[in-house]
Parts: sequence; structure tokens; C-alpha cells
Amino acid sequence: MTNHWIDLKNSDCILVMGSNAAANHPISMKWVQKAKDNGGILISVDPRYTQTSAKSDIYAALRSGTDIPFLGGMIKYILDNDKYFKDYVLNYTNASFIVGPKYDFQDGLFAGYDPKTRKYDATFWAFERDQDSRVKRDTTLQNPNCVFQLLKKHYSRYTPEQVSSITGTPVSDLLKVYEAYASTGTKDKAGTIMYAMGWTQHTVGVQNIRTMSIIQLLLGNMGIAGGGVNALRGESNVQGSTDAALLFHILPGYLAYPRANQTNLETYLKAITPKTAEPMSANWPQNLPKYFVSLMKSFWGDKATKENDFGYGWLPKLDVGQNCSWLNLFDAMYDGKIKGFFSWGQNPACSGANAHKVRQGLAKLDWLVNVNIFDSETGSFWKGPGMDPKNIKTEVFMLPCAASIEKEGSISNSGRWAQWRYKAVDAPGMAKPDGDIMVELFDKIRGLYKKNGKFTDPILNLKWDYVNEKGHFDPHKMAKEVNGFFLKDTKIGETEYKKGTPVPGFAMLQADGSTSSGNWIYCQSYNAAGNNMARRKKEDPTGLGLFPEWAWAWPVNRRIIYNRASVDLNGQPWNPKRSLLKWVEGQEVDGKKQPGKWVGDVPDGPWPPMSDTKAGRYPFIMKPDGLASIFGPGLVDGPFPEHYEPLECPVPKNLLSGQFINPTIKIFSGAMDKHLTCDPRFPFVGTTYRVTEHWQTGIMTRWQPWLIEAEPQMFVEMSEELAKLRGIKNGEKVKVSSIRGVVEAVAIVTTRFKPFQVGDVTVHQVGMPWCFGWMVPKDGGESANLLTPNVGDPNTMIPESKAFMVNVTRMEGGA
Amino acid sequence: MSEGYSILVDTSKCTACRGCQIACKQWNGLPGTKTKNEGTHENPMDLSADTWKILRFSEGPSKNGNPFWYFFSEQCRHCMSPGCMAEAEKGEIIQDEKTGAVIFTPKTKSLNYEATREGCPYDIPRQNPKTKELFKCSMCFDRITNNMIPACVKSCPTGAMTFGERPKILETAKARVQELTKRFPKAKALNADDVRTIYIVTDDPQKYWKLAAGK
Repeated sequence: MTNHWIDLKNSDCILVMGSNAAANHPISMKWVQKAKDNGGILISVDPRYTQTSAKSDIYAALRSGTDIPFLGGMIKYILDNDKYFKDYVLNYTNASFIVGPKYDFQDGLFAGYDPKTRKYDATFWAFERDQDSRVKRDTTLQNPNCVFQLLKKHYSRYTPEQVSSITGTPVSDLLKVYEAYASTGTKDKAGTIMYAMGWTQHTVGVQNIRTMSIIQLLLGNMGIAGGGVNALRGESNVQGSTDAALLFHILPGYLAYPRANQTNLETYLKAITPKTAEPMSANWPQNLPKYFVSLMKSFWGDKATKENDFGYGWLPKLDVGQNCSWLNLFDAMYDGKIKGFFSWGQNPACSGANAHKVRQGLAKLDWLVNVNIFDSETGSFWKGPGMDPKNIKTEVFMLPCAASIEKEGSISNSGRWAQWRYKAVDAPGMAKPDGDIMVELFDKIRGLYKKNGKFTDPILNLKWDYVNEKGHFDPHKMAKEVNGFFLKDTKIGETEYKKGTPVPGFAMLQADGSTSSGNWIYCQSYNAAGNNMARRKKEDPTGLGLFPEWAWAWPVNRRIIYNRASVDLNGQPWNPKRSLLKWVEGQEVDGKKQPGKWVGDVPDGPWPPMSDTKAGRYPFIMKPDGLASIFGPGLVDGPFPEHYEPLECPVPKNLLSGQFINPTIKIFSGAMDKHLTCDPRFPFVGTTYRVTEHWQTGIMTRWQPWLIEAEPQMFVEMSEELAKLRGIKNGEKVKVSSIRGVVEAVAIVTTRFKPFQVGDVTVHQVGMPWCFGWMVPKDGGESANLLTPNVGDPNTMIPESKAFMVNVTRMEGGA
Repeated sequence: MSEGYSILVDTSKCTACRGCQIACKQWNGLPGTKTKNEGTHENPMDLSADTWKILRFSEGPSKNGNPFWYFFSEQCRHCMSPGCMAEAEKGEIIQDEKTGAVIFTPKTKSLNYEATREGCPYDIPRQNPKTKELFKCSMCFDRITNNMIPACVKSCPTGAMTFGERPKILETAKARVQELTKRFPKAKALNADDVRTIYIVTDDPQKYWKLAAGK
């Protein structure tokens, strides 16, 4: 979230799209309700009429996988009807930037595409620069090659009628949504978006979100109270796990992971550190070397020296172009290339797209360690349906771990608030906190390396002092390490910091090895003031619900990021009624003017507002040019979002161009990587979702009698029309199948699904939860992920679990 | 003289998260019963000796083209003049003076189940088939007499359920209905004068649940 949960109450118009917040983030509705109580409008856009829809003021249905046309139509509506926030667009976005002459867009493809590699050369999309390397701008926004005009041209094709013929949404519903949401493009209105996996799990997932980001920029909704782009995270602390880089392509704090061609520290830092020629751009990422070196000092302590590149050489490197995300890992596992697997706090046998392939992959392993609070379909895959234990060589180890309330530590919510939790009870039996399991594991690994390891430096030089006197993992020591320390006496300005003092905030981190920090964005979370994440003060000075001394938010306790965009060029709030930030000029004391200051939220940097053309800075400090990207933030599939059909779809062509599917996706081609489009055997669109009662694959909740009582069995929701077509009665068991698998489910025949009129075609859609699995309860049913395709977004490789093709039939002989 | 407590259930704010249903079971130590999916999210499908609170779902087409989907968090209404007490002459059922909670005691074993159930306009009482004892919501009597609010109200994330002194709740209900009437002409508080568990609905009560407003 750029904003945070409580801030939803400040919104005048809340769009919930790609999410069913009422079911999956129930507490969010407390704040949505408050917004409604204040006169705010709730819009729900979803293929199915959901619990969120039931509370909405406006509902519109769309066929799964057509969010870009829906939103692209809104961009056109905003531009055509002059609904955009002109001062904001001109001053705070790259709308005025001139794009170079090599840029082009023809029939669904951007310039620079190589069909052989299925990749774009993004240099074709570069901005034009002057002799000082500054981007050329046209502040009249009239130049045909400026971003604003290119945007207009790009979305001119997305007429309501054209959109409707793709999404299946009636034109009148489209216009209702467009009108309501576009009304927030004024100074005194805020519109926000709540999205979740309904947007990310598509082959155009990132571009779905990009489209909304463009809308938010056009309407001036970024950086303001009640605005922003808000990802509702799908797992408790998944925000924290991402921040801590539980991913292959980054190091803690979103530092790019080193590649094999970055052979030394200098080449690596040069590659990750952006430069700018804009005098008024803060270009905050210019500080990345400080954060990286501090991280290396945190890893290897005194062993990381200037002479040895602070241990850069000890970091394993990714090959150039190598992608180790989920789908690729399980592809490699299926191919027998991965021998051992720690399945830690997850259940891939049910959560992985094309789960049959995942389960077969598990059978190719030599060993599998299942760390969880219960047994699961993953830990016991070898005795699952269709498996013959005699033929499976995988040795499985079960490590029981402590549940969230049985250990102390921080948890970061979607709003970036790191909140410290105490331990409520001891873990039962032999169950241990994850930290203890890691400490024990590492002790063994280190022992083996000491005995006869090869290339022992990275392991034996690790600082690794996170245990207490009893040998247990100490979350406080870890949290302090994440914050970071001064490693020698240091004077910054007038203040002296002794060696061993915690670093107050990331602005003080250094690139010379004199500071450490395990994660720069968490620097300040646990400093000389104490454990800021454990704070519980309830003061709310702005009245906007920022609660600055309740827990701690990254970065530097900023509750709404990009907040310098909430003010005009003079630093005065666009909307004084929701004043998030305000520049107050300094008073004159003894004939000398004191420096001004920001009042409100923690600003995106201390610089004065933009009207100070010397010391002032642009608001989007993480962008090299200081302005927000309407055009091209560096995605692999284009500088503007464009509609492509899902890999599996019900229509024979893309009505917007000759390019049927996203031209940059990776299509797996092994024996189990099947997919079909417009195949009469699988005529219906399928999608997956969650229910309130079950957590993820249900690994924790299916054992819980009250929850399984409320949602006991796998179901498939379908329209009355489809049920009639297939002769299916409400409540009877049916078979749902895709080219990849079959699951049994109870039919819920409902008025909440309606067939879509897509051009001349009537498209039926069905939906299933993915919280069930064969292990428990006995008649609960199987995972919907046996049906989903293993194809991913080209930027993130998140699987397309939200739009695929299925068939639904009665059980043979009825039920 | 105290007028006791009331619970307000504002269905316009209910999202069917079913926190109340689960919280009821948790606080009262009630077991999960064996269920199967019957073609609806509603489950269990009815109240029982082990289930004193259920979220009833109802849906169908509506005039504006969108379906309606209503959520009704069903429980004992704690009537001002409880119909269930007509049969209870020996203190089997108690109406607590201070709180107004209607409490089924273990003595309900000796009551005529059918008649007691028939006496309830909302069809709430249920019998344990083995012990013959009758059960239903107690307004979390053990909680509300110890400075805690009922478990269901405590669990509600959206403010759909509130608990408090009856006059205050009546006042809140009145104001909320007034507010809702602007958008929903049929908005009303159901039988507010006669019951302590007051439901606010925005449409015909029968569309929520056949006995939402009583027999």
C-alpha cells in the first residue's frame, strides 16, 4: 500500500477491483464503512457479485482477464472529458516528457520487439534528451511525441463500446463507474483503489496495476490522504517477507540481486545506481551504494572490508537473464534438476498453479523438509491421490514450527507498518520458532563447512550473532541488526555517534563500511529511542488516522508515501480539509529568516517545496527524474499497458489488435505444461478465489472445526443460465475440468454470476476457492490449483490463476 | 431503574465475515458440527443446541439488474415479553432483571420442547436430543455481567453489531434508520419496541430471512 488501512476512511471514492476485500480482508471494511458514512462511494468491479459488491454503491461485472480494457476505457474517459487534474499532471508526472523518435506502437506491439527472443529492446522507448542529458519537455502538452499526447493516442481505441465488447460489461455500467471515479480528479477529492490477487494473477498482472497507477496520476490521487494505489497483501506478513527479500531477484530493502556479469562491487553499484541530470530531482536511489555496503557489513561484520569489496565476491550470483521464480523452480524440480527442497510455511502441492506438475516435481526430489504447524498435502504428497509410495524415493522430514502467537517478533502489514508482537504462549511439544530452526540448521551447516567444506568464506565469515545466552534465536538482536549500527565513532553534522550506537535512520548510513544495516528501509525501526515497532500510542495529530506513534512504518515512519505530491508548488495542501503535509515558512528572528519546515506526515525528504527553484525538489523522489511515470517505468512488456487476452481465453481474437496474448510471456512446453484456448472441450472461463473462513490453501484452517463447519467443501459457483445449460442442480456434486486436471465440487447455482455478452459470444464464467486439499477433511475435495495454468506475468512470473478455461459437467449418473 | 441492554445488528454494514458465528462458538465452547455444502455459503443450515448464532444468506434478482445478497446474523432476540417463557412456570427460563437477557437454565430439560419453540416468534430455541436440555444465545450473560461485551459484538469488524444500554441503542437505531431511509425507503428497525436484539434492514425483512420480523 502506498497509503494504509485506516486511510481508506479518508476516501471520497473507493474502487475495489481485483479484490474481494469484504471476504478476504474483513477488517478493511471497517474503514470502507467509515468512508461511506462520510458520504464516500464504494465501487465494486468483479466477475462475480461478491460480499464486497453487496456493500457497494455501484457494481459492474467484467470477464476475468479484461481489466486493462476496462481501465483503459477510464483513461480515455478522463482525457476526453477533461477530468484530469491539470496542475498535478503537468508538474508531478512525466506527461510533458518527449519520447524519442524510435518509439512506436502498431497493432498491439511496441517498437523494439524481437519475435525470436520474445523480448523488447526498451531503448526504443527512451525519452529525448538535450545536450545536458536532461529530458526534453513540452509544458504545453501539445507536442505529438509528448507522453500526454501519446497516452491520448494509445487509449483512443478504448471506446466504451469497444471495451464493452471485450469485457462484457454493459456500456451504461462502464460509464457509471467512469463518471463516479473520474469525479475525484479535483483538488478536494480523493479516490483510492483496493486491489489484490485478482489483478496480479494474470499474464498482464503488473500492467493491470500500471493502468490504475496512470489513472491515479491523471486524477492527482497519488500521495494524498484517501488516495494511493493499495495492494491488499494476500498473507499475513507477506509485506515483511518481501521487504526482507524472500524472493530470488532482490536483496533486503529491494536492492537488485547481483548478476554474474557484475564481477566486482564497482560494476554492481554502477549498474544499480541511477543518475539524473535534473537539478531538482532528489534521485534518492543515488544512495543505494550506502545501503548495499551497510548490508554487506551486516552480513559479514569485520570480515567485510574495503579491500575485499565488503564481501561482494562471497554473494552467490544469478546468471544474466536467470529467473528463479516459482514456476521456473518447479519446472526445474519437475525436470529433476533440484534435489532438495525446504517447504517452509507453505503448501505448494495445493498453492502452486498446475499443482499436478508441482506434486510430480516433489516426487523427483531426493529430500523434502516440510516446516509447518500441521501436516499438509505437500509433506504427505507421497501418499496423495495417484501416488504410489513404493515408487517415490523422496525422503521427507517434518519439522513442527511455532505458530505466530507462539513467538515474538515483528509483522509488517499491507500499510508497511511493522508491528511488534509479544509471545502469548509456548509452542507445543517439539515445535520451535522458525528462527530457532534456522539457527540450529546453520550451526550444522557451519560445522560441515568447517570439517570439509569448499569455498568456506561466505559461510564461515558470516557474523551471525543473533542468539541469546541460551543459544536461542533472539528476535531483538535480529531486529537491532536490521536497523543497523555505527561501526566506529562517527560525527554527522554536530552530533557524535559512538561505535555500537544504533543508526537513527537510513539517511545516516554510509558507503565506506562505517555503518551496518540488515535492511535499509527498516533503519529507524529499532534505534536509540528503543523498539519503535512496539510503540502503542494513540495520538493522531493530523486527524487523518496516521497514528505516528503506533508501531512504525517504513520508510522513516512515513505513513503515506509520495506525500510531497499532496501539496501545491508552494507546499500548501491541495485539500486543506485533509491536510497531510504543509510547508510553514520560517519566522524572522533578529532580522534573520529561519528555515521553513514541513508539518504533518513525515515528508518525502526535507527539501522545501518546488516553488523554491534552487533548494526545492520534485515529489517523486524514488524516480531518477523526480516525476511520476505515466509513460514507461521499466516493465518488460511495454511503456503503456495494452490489452492482451489471457493465455487461455474464450474468444478467438483480441478485438484491439492482431496480438492475441502478451507477446513477452514465457510459455513452458514440457509434458505437463498444457494449455488450450477456444477449445470446445473447455468452453467456460474459470477463476479462483478465497473465502473468509480459510487461510490460503487451508493448511491451518481445515483442521479447525468451527471454520470447516462454515465452509466444509470445495464448491464451484455458476450462473443459473449455465446450470440450466448443463442440467446442474444447486447443491449437487459436479466435475470441473481443465486440460490439466479435474476436481469435484458442489455446485452453487447463483444469481451472483451472470453470463457475459462478449461481442457475439455468450461467455459463461465459474469460480472456485483454492483452500481445499485431499488431506483434511476427508470429503472436503481437492485444490482448484489442479486446474490452473503454469504461465506467469512476464515481469513477476505470478501465475495466471484468475483466468483460464474449464468445463463443468454433472457427475456420471448424476449425484 | 435500568432498562437493561440491547444489541443492534445493522445489516447494511454486515459483510458476512461470520466472525460473530465463530466467536459465539468459541466463547461458549460449542463444538463444530458436521456439515456439507448444500449449494450455499450458509452453514450450519440451522440453529441447534450446538449453534446459537448463524449467518443467514439470501439472494435473488432485483429490479436494478444487479442481484441482491443479504446477510442476517440470526440469534435470540431477547424479547421484552419472551414468548418462550409462556411454558416455563418453574424458573426453567429466566429473564434477568438487570440486563434483560433471557436465559435458558438446565431445568429446560423438563420443558415441552415443541411448545416452547412454538412460543418463540423467531423460532430460536433448540434441544439437545440426548439431554433434552434447551439452548440458545444467552446474550453472553457471563460476559456482560463482567464488564465485557458479547463475543459476537466484540468480533464484528465493521460496526454492524453494537451493544449497550437499551435507550442508547434505540437512539442509535433511530438515527441510523433515518440516515438509511434517504437511500433505502424501506429501511427500518425490526420490532424495536419488543425485542432487545434489534435488526436494521434496508428491504423487506422476509427477503433476509422468513422469520426476520417474526411469525
